[in-house]
Amino acid sequence: MTFSNKRTMDCLHWTLRKTSAEVLQQTRSTTKAHLPVIHPYLSNCGNKAMANNFARILSSKRNVGIMSLVGAGSLTAAFLLNREHVTAGAQVRRVYPASAEYPDLRKHNNCMASHLTPAIYAKLVDKATPNGYTLDQAIQTGVDNPGHPFIKTVGMVAGDEESYEVFADLLDPVIKERHNGYDPQIMTHPTDLDSSKLKSGKFDERFVLSSRVRTGRSIRGLSLPPACTRAERREVEKVVVDALAGLKGDLAGTYYSLTHMTDQEQQQLIDDHFLFDKPVSPLLTCSGMARDWPDARGIWHNNTKTFLIWINEEDHTRVISMEKGGNMKRVFDRFCTGLKEVERLIQEKGWEFMWNERLGYILTCPSNLGTGLRAGVHVNLPKLSKDPRFTKILDNLRLQKRGTGGVDTAAVGSTFDISNLDRLGQSEVQLVQTVVDGVNYLIDCEKKLEKGQDIKIPPPVRK
Amino acid sequence: MEKINDKMAKLTIKRLSPEEEFPDLSQHNNHMAKVLTQDMYTKLRDRATPNGFTIDGVIQTGIDNPGHPFIMTVGCVAGDEETYEVFKELLDPIIEDRHGGYKPTDKHKTDLNPDNLKGGDDLDPNYVISSRVRTGRSIRGFCLPPHCSRGERRGVEKMSVEALDSLSGDLKGKYYALKNMTDAEQQQLIDDHFLFDKPVSPLLLASGMARDWPDGRGIWHNDTKTFLVWVNEEDHLRVISMQKGGNMKEVFNRFCTGLTKIETLFKDKGTSFMWNEHLGYVLTCPSNLGTGLRAGVHVKIPNMSKHDKFEEVLKRLRLQKRGTGGVDTAAVGGTFDISNADRLGFSEVELVQMVVDGVKLLVEMEKKLEKGQSIDDLMPAQK
Repeated sequence: MTFSNKRTMDCLHWTLRKTSAEVLQQTRSTTKAHLPVIHPYLSNCGNKAMANNFARILSSKRNVGIMSLVGAGSLTAAFLLNREHVTAGAQVRRVYPASAEYPDLRKHNNCMASHLTPAIYAKLVDKATPNGYTLDQAIQTGVDNPGHPFIKTVGMVAGDEESYEVFADLLDPVIKERHNGYDPQIMTHPTDLDSSKLKSGKFDERFVLSSRVRTGRSIRGLSLPPACTRAERREVEKVVVDALAGLKGDLAGTYYSLTHMTDQEQQQLIDDHFLFDKPVSPLLTCSGMARDWPDARGIWHNNTKTFLIWINEEDHTRVISMEKGGNMKRVFDRFCTGLKEVERLIQEKGWEFMWNERLGYILTCPSNLGTGLRAGVHVNLPKLSKDPRFTKILDNLRLQKRGTGGVDTAAVGSTFDISNLDRLGQSEVQLVQTVVDGVNYLIDCEKKLEKGQDIKIPPPVRK
Repeated sequence: MEKINDKMAKLTIKRLSPEEEFPDLSQHNNHMAKVLTQDMYTKLRDRATPNGFTIDGVIQTGIDNPGHPFIMTVGCVAGDEETYEVFKELLDPIIEDRHGGYKPTDKHKTDLNPDNLKGGDDLDPNYVISSRVRTGRSIRGFCLPPHCSRGERRGVEKMSVEALDSLSGDLKGKYYALKNMTDAEQQQLIDDHFLFDKPVSPLLLASGMARDWPDGRGIWHNDTKTFLVWVNEEDHLRVISMQKGGNMKEVFNRFCTGLTKIETLFKDKGTSFMWNEHLGYVLTCPSNLGTGLRAGVHVKIPNMSKHDKFEEVLKRLRLQKRGTGGVDTAAVGGTFDISNADRLGFSEVELVQMVVDGVKLLVEMEKKLEKGQSIDDLMPAQK
């Protein structure tokens, strides 16, 4: 366990769950309009120490006021007759019943569409997280992008940490489908960033051109990219950039804000293949994560260009360790060290990553829960990639292939991006080990085929 | 009442300060960016329309689309009729700037009597290939495309289709829902140049109007294919009258007759179009307020369009040019889409009159230039 105060983490999470429920209870029973409730989490928290910790986490140096405004029926009836404005955040009367609002998913093939029954929709449609994020917002990307007959996308996102609680009735089955049967209601996810446990991990560089490990981290207390306001996004940037400025040694680096980058810096980042651009994929843009681009987005990397962090792209942060060649061990070492250092630095200032025992690290897309980890290589497999057993071999090794441009690209020549399929239910060490073992197996097959020997489909590795 | 209390729909708004929320508009060139100040934002941020539409919803498209150094986009949208009231401090100056100095106290006149149009039936068909008049209408009581829920959008569709289905005579027609269209129907609509597709322009997408596509969207047209209605594209309804050739009078006749009939049908159902004395017809984009009317022709003016006084002539005639693919397209082979530049502050009849008179003049100038003659004595005064 990497957290110095894991117990606090658990307690905080419990507090979150409890107080979200308490907030729900409160609003159900109230009839008074505009009852301000300051700091709902704190008001229901008996433990002073936890409350203090939470207060530090939720408040930045500037004043963060969390206000809930509770609307009521008597006020809302007046809305229809009244052209005057109301206070932002007041409850809005829903005109149509859930059945009239239920999306048409008949042509859809994504995880959200598979699990969003009219009953679940009706149950969840009027709920909102304490930040005001609703079901309709969470599923918008899945409604707008029916999917592909062969690729099953997730079809929904989280707007904040609480989404995973408030919309659990939909998210849990989606998570279960996407993560190979992982049941968030009964299982726990192991986190292990002790890279010394990795066995072997140095690939034959005749085949492996580069090695890379990436994950994401979210800052607890701030909404996620689909839902965050500009100020929240800027706060994420500030918190992370402040922490990164404290990195030393081979991790010391520089931040390049997308808004303030010079042409020269931009060109260098493009040449290094570091620069990320405004997303064009409708899967991403429909979720609202590209709003206000390029405000508060940026790229940080260390001076040796082996440790890179994207800020406010699809997640609060994406952390990448990479180098040319096949030394996955060193890549993973740096990954773990860097991550732990960054975590320590944000904790010094009273912030934390979103994490819980049930779901591991919390990220925007349910597909990235758990470790959020994708460890991969660019590997040249001219003979194996043409073998009809290639796909089956990958499947059994729990690996996936992509083109070298990343997800949704085709392979160029016979060079593939090979990485782990799983994210949740296995620890970081376990997943990277899977990649190491699997890629070694693939290289072995390639070598056999070079010599004209036959290869075997391996038995499926433990899930 | 109990139903509402029962539901857990309470919003907690994280209030980082308005200074921290204020968008960075330093690279921007649109009407919203010109007008929005920190103080204005701070004030407006505390408000929402009764339907819950906020200032961030209004301006999102303008933040996400900084604009072009030469084209000034509006940079904001309305989520409902009340937006224009609740956020007047922002929208009034934008309207004034966009609509030629139209003041918050000005009144807009609506005139849909086609008999008031003089001429317009004799634009030279050797030059004028087609004539078209379009406008938009919003149904009172429903949120606009950037903000409407699926249920509301479907409600708009249902009500509109019911009204259109009761049209008769040469206006009798059929509705094609985008999501239920057969391949054959789709191909026919493409061949007729009627089919609209999911918008790709980020100006539109960023406003949220393309959500849930193609749910609730469709095309209605009459059997003779001269009167066409788009349902739930950028506005609740876009109404188009068009035909080949230069008989703008006939096009405008049909336009007015059809619109008036549709409006009557809506009134019979107990609703009406969004309209008021100050802003005329209320539509999603502030640029389409007033008449929401764009009357135009596709006209062959290869010589005139290369003339160095072309832009000046258009400006004086209060006309604008576009490529024949519509807004944001380039002209092909000297054929331009010429239409009225104004929407608000002039009536429908006045605007169509300007197009009729202006296009007539442009064709005269073209003929002169063909013969190598000068057009100096034809230069119009500023309208």
